[in-house]
Order: sequence, then C-alpha cells, then structure tokens
Amino acid sequence: MTAAIVRRLFQAAMVMFAMTVIVFIAVNVIGDPVDILISPDADQIERARVVQALGLDLPLWQQYLRFLQAALHGDLGQSYVYNEPALGVILQRLPATLELAVSAILIAIVVGVPLGLYAGLRPDGIVSRIIMTVSILGFSLPTFWVGLVLIMLFGVQLGWLPSGGRGQTAELFGVQWAFLTKDGLAHLILPSFNLALFDACLILRLTRAGVAEVLPLDYIKFARAKGLKETRVIGIHVSKNIMIPVVTIVGLEFGSIVAFSVVTESVFSWPGMGKLIIDSINVLDRPIITAYLMAIVAFFVIINLVVDLTYTALDPRVRLQGEGS
Amino acid sequence: MNAAVLEVRDLRTHFGAAKAVDGVSFSVARGEVLGLVGESGSGKSVTGFSIIGLVDPPGTIVGGQIVFDGRDITHSSREEMRALRGRRMAMIFQDPMMTLNPVLRIDTQMIEAVQAHENVSRADARARARDALGMVGIPSPDERLRAYPHQFSGGMRQRVVIAIALLHRPDFIIADEPTTALDVTIQAQILAEMQELVAQNNTSLIWITHDLAVVSRLADRIAVMYAGRIVESGSVSDVLGSPWHPYTAGLIGSVPSRNRRGERLHQIPGMTPNVARLPTGCAFAPRCARADAMCAQAVPLFTAGMREHRCVHPLPEFRK
Repeated sequence: MTAAIVRRLFQAAMVMFAMTVIVFIAVNVIGDPVDILISPDADQIERARVVQALGLDLPLWQQYLRFLQAALHGDLGQSYVYNEPALGVILQRLPATLELAVSAILIAIVVGVPLGLYAGLRPDGIVSRIIMTVSILGFSLPTFWVGLVLIMLFGVQLGWLPSGGRGQTAELFGVQWAFLTKDGLAHLILPSFNLALFDACLILRLTRAGVAEVLPLDYIKFARAKGLKETRVIGIHVSKNIMIPVVTIVGLEFGSIVAFSVVTESVFSWPGMGKLIIDSINVLDRPIITAYLMAIVAFFVIINLVVDLTYTALDPRVRLQGEGS
Repeated sequence: MNAAVLEVRDLRTHFGAAKAVDGVSFSVARGEVLGLVGESGSGKSVTGFSIIGLVDPPGTIVGGQIVFDGRDITHSSREEMRALRGRRMAMIFQDPMMTLNPVLRIDTQMIEAVQAHENVSRADARARARDALGMVGIPSPDERLRAYPHQFSGGMRQRVVIAIALLHRPDFIIADEPTTALDVTIQAQILAEMQELVAQNNTSLIWITHDLAVVSRLADRIAVMYAGRIVESGSVSDVLGSPWHPYTAGLIGSVPSRNRRGERLHQIPGMTPNVARLPTGCAFAPRCARADAMCAQAVPLFTAGMREHRCVHPLPEFRK
C-alpha cells in the first residue's frame, strides 16, 4: 500500500511538472499583458522599464526556468493586478469556492442516490418515470439559465432568498466561511442548488442504472433466499456494489465543480476562484492564471488519489498497482 | 412413506403469455431426494423459485398450491415467506462464482444469514458460521471466514454456499444445478458430501439438473419436465430403467456414456417449444416419432402405482 502511494505521489509530481510547461507556454501565447498594464500614453522608456521589471524581455526558456525555480520554492509570481503573491490571492478565494462545491456535491449525493435507488427498484412506477424525465431536463438545461430562473423566482418574485454575494461570514480555523452564519447560509442555498442540479441528475441516473444491473444478479437472489430483510438486501448488498461508479463520478465532478464553477459564481456574483479567474483572464494577469491552473491540477491529482483509495475500501478485488496480489 | 414435507399441486407460473410452469404437481417426503430433470427452458428453475417465493417479475404464480409442512404457503405474505426462506427452506444456485456477493467478506455473508432468523450475538453467529464451514470440508475455517469470495476456487465457493444453506438445518433444499459449473472431480466430491449432509440432517432435497448421470447417483425419485409440465415421474430405477414417455427415452438415449464407441450420439430431433405458444395436446408431439392425431388432444395423467406419466402412446416394449 505504502509503495503504491509513493508511486502515485511520484506520478502526481510528474503530472504537475508537465503542466508547468504547458501552462507556461499557453499563457504566453494568449496575449501580451504589457499593453493592458501600462497606460497607452506611456513612453518607450517607461514601457521598457515595465517589461524588464516583469522579466518579459528574457527569452522564453529563461523566463520558464526562472518561473520553475520560483515555483519550486512555492512562489508562483506576483499578481500584476493585486501586486500580491498569486498563490496567496488564489488561496484567499479558495474557501468560498470550496464551500460552494462541497455543499453542491453533498446536495447532489443526498438527492441523487435515494431517488436513483427508488427509480431503480420500481422501474415501471409512475413516480420513477417522472423522476427519470425530470432528470433528463436537469442535466440538459444550461446551468446559467437555471441560475437566472432561480434568481428570478426565489430572489425577485418570491423574495425568499438573497441572490448575490456571499453574505455574512464567520471565522473557523483562521478562514472566513459563509455557512457558519444564518445570512451566509441563505446566500449559499441558491448557488449551491444551481451547481448541484447537473450532478444530482447524473448521480441519480448512474445509481438507477447500477441498481437495474445488480438487482437481477444471483447474489442478490441468494441474499433474498437466505431470508434477509429487504432493507439489508438493498442497503448492503445492492448499495455496496453500485457505489463504485458513484464514487468515481463524485470524485471527478467535485474537481470539475471546483475548477469550473465559473458560470455559477458569475451568475450569483459569488466571490470564489471562478470569478477571479475570469477577471484575471480579462486583464491577462499571467501569474494568477498560472497559479490557478496549477492549483486545479494539484486538486484533481489529489481527488484521483482519494478516489483510488476509496475503491480499494469498496471493492476487495481492486488493488492498487505495486501492491502485488 | 412418511408425510410429505413439500407438496406442489398443479402449480402454474406464467410470465405474461409464456407458461413457464403449467400444471406441475409433485411431493417430496422428509429426507427424500427428488431429481427434477429437463432441458434448459423446461421450467425447472422457475418451479424452484416459485416454491421459495422468489419468481422474478413479470412472472407470477397464477394457479395451484404449494403446501409446506401441511400449510398452504402459496399466498403467504412477503414477511412470512422471508421468515421461512433460509431457515426452513434453502436454495443453492448454479454458478458459485455469482452466488456470493463479491464485495462482502464470507463472515459478513454468513453472520447475516444466521442473524436474519435468530436473535444471537455476532460472536455466536460467527462460531456457527465457522462450524458450518468446517462441516462442508473447508480447511482452517477461522481464517477463511475473513476472506472475500474471489479468494476461493469455484468448488470452495459452492461449499460455502452449501454451508450457508445448511446453517439453519432447513426442512428442504432446492439445488439448482449446483455442480454444473464445476470440474468433474470437484462435482463428484460435492455430490458425495451433499448426499451425506442431507442424510445426516434428514433434509429433503430437490435436485434440479439436466444431467441424468447425477440424478441416477443421487436421487430416490425422478420427475422429468418438458415445456412447463412433468411428463413422467417415478422411482429412479423404474424411470431410467424402463421409461414410458418417449421424451424420457430420448433423454436417456442422449447420455454419451450409454453409447458405444464410434457410434453416432443419439439426439432428440427438433427444438424445445416456445412456452408462449404451446399446443393444447402433448408439447413433445412435434418431435416425437410415435405421435399421431390423438396427441393433439389434451393428455391426461396416467398413474400406475408410484409411477405417473403423460403420454397416450407410452413405449410398449417397457409396458407391463
């Protein structure tokens, strides 16, 4: 196990290294930040001074080596706009995105798994058909549109919930969190439901498909032939077998939600990383873009590792490579 | 003969238009081994599932009675049936690779089977499970309890399944081709062990199979099914020694070991009928050399002592 984890960590480091090359080159081709950073009527000398200060006069490979050297020391550059370390700016926004993503994925699981189980157990019931039809809508409708509808309905028409910003926050472990205050929680409801909708429907359909696949198998019949109560047959024998695809999707989607909550964050003006990256791309704030992408890659790598470890807990036949079987 | 543990009377289990089981009657005495023989699709497995109340939808029991220990359980509630299953009636399936849940340890799957019917502590249930594994010949059962199904061979898995079936010393066990998926050597071992175990506990056994060789070794009586009906039944020596129904004769003729070296194997011409479109008369008639116009009418049940058959032209050379 330990050997497998060490190997995975090494692989992760290689992925991160490859990403630095790709990200660095990509960021360099999307545009010259100097044009945006200095005022149009600055003279040539002023311009040269800024270029030199940012290190943009060096050949690309030298810029990359400088970047890599700094990155190894945890420095992903100064943000051109905020004039602070880019990584710090990202990490400041991380809690907002994280709490949005976590509540969205929790809602998706709490809604998706039970409804999927129900629909799988009664595939011909009217309620199941309604659930399945609605779920198609759920992941076909564009997120931003659903967000706008939610704002129109609950924010404007009914006036029940706030529709923008993060509300009041409270401190926990030195970080500001919205879910700790009543006001913050109210602000969290609409965006997290909006973000959860797609994944709830995905998890629902996946659960239903899993149930439909597992239910006719002999070991479920045998569990019933043993005289087990239906709650145990479904709760243990069926559930444990359908959890693997669900865990995979939860893992992948959690990464996607964190990485691409851009739309929901924009619609609800949620001050998270997604909104930050959009703003930074607009002003070509290279260090922020780079730091953001690196952070997301790291995030995905960690989630994948966690998902792999969860597999081994769920299915005894899955063993991590390197462990030997 | 002592009282029947299980009596099936005119059982009809239909899947919509498909009459998978259509008027099956038999009884099993305490400690008796009944071989239920037939080709794939003859309704033998469905008969088994009907008895323990686990017919897959859309299948439903549309007629007949299942009398267990003097009580009609055909219309028992789900909870009543659950309380019987595993405790007083057990079933063993064909493929041991598929019968145990791959993601649960053996001990989990055995302890839950004990605790489903008896209010015992986990430790006691575990001890029972260990003893049961020992009884079916699994070495170092304490250690093996902590293993997962994929760490066992096919034969060992089937032994685990048998151990689970025997946990509560049921009145009868339905064994649905439990040795078909195993190697011949393992098959022989399991057959012998199974025979000994049911004899010890005076458990009745319904052995569903298409393999006449297995039935001849194991069973006291035999019932031959064709297209959802029992076409012939009686003691093993009678039926296999002098079959009355041409279908039984055809089955016996198809057993490879009975044929001489170099001769072509006998086979029954044609295919098993579609149970959704059965004729009113004998379902075997289209494949039968002895069939004539009389076979197109409904065939009554002919009884002679302990033997029964459904054929208007029983084989004369064997007829007394």
